[in-house]
Amino acid sequence: MTAPADAPGREALARATGGTASRPWILREARAVLRICLKDLRIEWRSLDNLPAMFFFALLVMVIFSFGFDFAAFSFQELGPGMLWVAFCFAGVLAFGHSFALERQADGLAGMMLAPIDPGSLYLGKFLANLVTMLIVEALILPLCAVLFSARIDAVFWPLGLAILVHTIGFAAVGTLFGAMTARTRRGDVLLPIMMMAISIPLLISAVRTTAAVFSDQPALKQAAGAWLTMASIFDVIFMTAAYITFEYVIEE
Amino acid sequence: MKARSGSAGAGPGLMLGTLTVLVVALAIATLYGAYFYAAREKEMGDVQRIFYFHAPAGLACFLAFFVTFVCGIGYLATRKPGWDVMGHASAEIGLLFCLIVLVTGPFWARPVWGVWWTWEARLTTTLILFLIYSGYLLVRRYTDDPEQRARFAAVIGIVGFLDVPLVYWSVRFFRGHHPLVLKVSGGGGLEQSMRHVFLAGIATYFALYACLMVLRVRLGHAEVELRWLRERAIRGAHATRTPAGTHGGTS
Repeated sequence: MTAPADAPGREALARATGGTASRPWILREARAVLRICLKDLRIEWRSLDNLPAMFFFALLVMVIFSFGFDFAAFSFQELGPGMLWVAFCFAGVLAFGHSFALERQADGLAGMMLAPIDPGSLYLGKFLANLVTMLIVEALILPLCAVLFSARIDAVFWPLGLAILVHTIGFAAVGTLFGAMTARTRRGDVLLPIMMMAISIPLLISAVRTTAAVFSDQPALKQAAGAWLTMASIFDVIFMTAAYITFEYVIEE
Repeated sequence: MKARSGSAGAGPGLMLGTLTVLVVALAIATLYGAYFYAAREKEMGDVQRIFYFHAPAGLACFLAFFVTFVCGIGYLATRKPGWDVMGHASAEIGLLFCLIVLVTGPFWARPVWGVWWTWEARLTTTLILFLIYSGYLLVRRYTDDPEQRARFAAVIGIVGFLDVPLVYWSVRFFRGHHPLVLKVSGGGGLEQSMRHVFLAGIATYFALYACLMVLRVRLGHAEVELRWLRERAIRGAHATRTPAGTHGGTS
């Protein structure tokens, strides 16, 4: 299914990089990043290999939570943020694993590595595609969550969106790096969640606290949210930079 | 490829012997100091004496993971297998010290805090460190190509260490209301005899770290050499049929 879908991807890559040597470096790389991202999204759009699985998995996590914890005894703002982020995190693991399993089938990574682009751009392209995939799933899950748990997401739309974006960037940054790594190991399906979850624990704490602050009206929580967002942004920057630099060594044959 | 010169090698053997003697001497001194020399803590009583083993193990654990971090950068920059062998050795020993910290902590916490475990920043950070570096060893175990394994390990060694301050800060901020119970850092708040024993404990653990490192690095080099010899033997046996030979070694 993905083998024929990969051909336009490569073609797009050739278009992205061929005959553009005169362009400034940064523009050329940005174009390649965008092309790789669009290639992945197009494959997903045509095959719908992963998005439905991610969506139903996230939904299932919420259902399990609703039985695991008593939502009648606790309010949504107490249990909801943790539940949401566990669901997003687990759905993300599916995206990151799939993102590189896809390339293995037709040896797409080797093809892209032959392109005259920085390996870091390859990372950014993959990262962007994973980020968009995660955001789509989150956008689908949130309204459902509002219905299932009577959460008022319409009233806090923009702050909630900001919290989700900042933290999803971090998860995608770490997940893309480890997705590339564990796709080349035995038992990669097990190693990916272990490595990703262990590294992104600070991010998970921050995500839950910030989301709780969005839903809550306690001033103490709201005050801390700023510090959490700063920490999460620092996390994003550190790990995107580290992954951008080290990705080259991870995908090397 | 690292080739051992001559016989067993008097240099490393002598170093190892010296280190072993040093570790044993320091360990005896620390044990004596912890049980007989150091003053009895007023409120916690004798159980506080575990501190002389617990805290130095924690410091040695951080040192070990820092060495793994440096070795990761060293490997990616130079691609010399020696860096990988050292990084691997240090991560393994660091994990051992981490385990010592995690096991001795509850013995002290139970009588003093009344619980075996509390989700306080230092404890939680140590636990998460344990998870990250367990992951490091797992990824190594499940990666078959030795050269690829070294690269993956280097990346995890770097990324994992960068995570430590963020983990510490976030857990601490998360548990903002929890009192900081122990005056661990520096030993500034320690009574003099306690400080002496604490410093002896640090010296013991650092010497033990050095001793284990020498042993483990030597073992690591022997492993690399064995793999190389085995590959050469296989290549030699099949030389007439497949002149290209096979590269990817078994783990």
